[in-house]
Amino acid sequence: MSIFALDFPAVTHLFEWPDIAFSDTYLALNKTSLIYLVGMILTVATFGLAARKRALVPSGVQHVAEGGINFVEQNIVMQTIGPDGRRFMPFLTSLFFFIFFVNIFEVIPFIQFPGNSRMAVPLLLALVVWVIYNYIGIRSQGLGGYLKNSLFPPGVPKALYVIVAPIELFSTFLIRPLSLAIRLWANMMAGHLLLVTFAVLSAALWGFGYVPGLLPFFMLVLLTAFEIFVSALQAFIFTILTAVYIGGSLHPEH
Amino acid sequence: MNLLATIGILAQTEAGEFLEGLKAIGAGLGYGLAAIGPGIGIGLVVGNAVTAMARQPESAGMVRTTMFLGIAFTEALALIGFVVFILLLP
Repeated sequence: MSIFALDFPAVTHLFEWPDIAFSDTYLALNKTSLIYLVGMILTVATFGLAARKRALVPSGVQHVAEGGINFVEQNIVMQTIGPDGRRFMPFLTSLFFFIFFVNIFEVIPFIQFPGNSRMAVPLLLALVVWVIYNYIGIRSQGLGGYLKNSLFPPGVPKALYVIVAPIELFSTFLIRPLSLAIRLWANMMAGHLLLVTFAVLSAALWGFGYVPGLLPFFMLVLLTAFEIFVSALQAFIFTILTAVYIGGSLHPEH
Repeated sequence: MNLLATIGILAQTEAGEFLEGLKAIGAGLGYGLAAIGPGIGIGLVVGNAVTAMARQPESAGMVRTTMFLGIAFTEALALIGFVVFILLLP
């Protein structure tokens, strides 16, 4: 695609990578799936190595793991579920670290591709979250109680339930997992497109002297810093929304 | 020759390119329109959160968590507009 004589690569070219190995099978590897594999290995390695040493005064990777666990406990679980949400800590912590490690590849030099800018794995994570909060809701309130509490929220005038119940049905069981997946995916995709745009712009303007070339380059550096923030923020938001949904099905509103 | 006839002839002669152009205009306008409401909404959320934090600095942590939640819910609408933009691109 060419805009104002500037050669901008097509969107499919930016996000679809050719197969590296095992092509035309279900196990085909490309850049995206390799990033997911590395993200999984990093998550397992962080907590595995930290659990093996167990020094009283943490250092190195143990420091990262304990800091992360403390962060998830204080800022996510305690704020949204409460003390009895501690049993979801392993799930939430690994979710947070996996999403963060996959996102942060957006700014790592020579890789520079956020794995979550492809739809498949965010959608899978959202479906896992959907199954978990529905299962917890049915187990802690019973099927009838869970449906009653989520479709007919208390404190609404009786006549309005005609409107409220269908809206709640859509938003709880359909929109929640979709918006959870789309939020993560679209944020990472938009960030990647922004970085590509400014990289292409500074490369194209480099021939016209230093000043026009440097201006988009500064913007590129600033946006790279911003994308580091966005990677952590999206991991945080995905985890905290998961915790909010779990908390909502664990403790219904009275 | 009036304007409508001109557009009709354009559409006949270069129908493919004309439709591509219309698609691009629709995508750009759609994203712009979808960004208006969430922009105002996020502004309201953050502004009120800053007011709350300034009034009661001791509750800043809780307010910040709730603020991020509010931003996430509001932002979803803008992101759906962005998805439509990506889908409409040629």
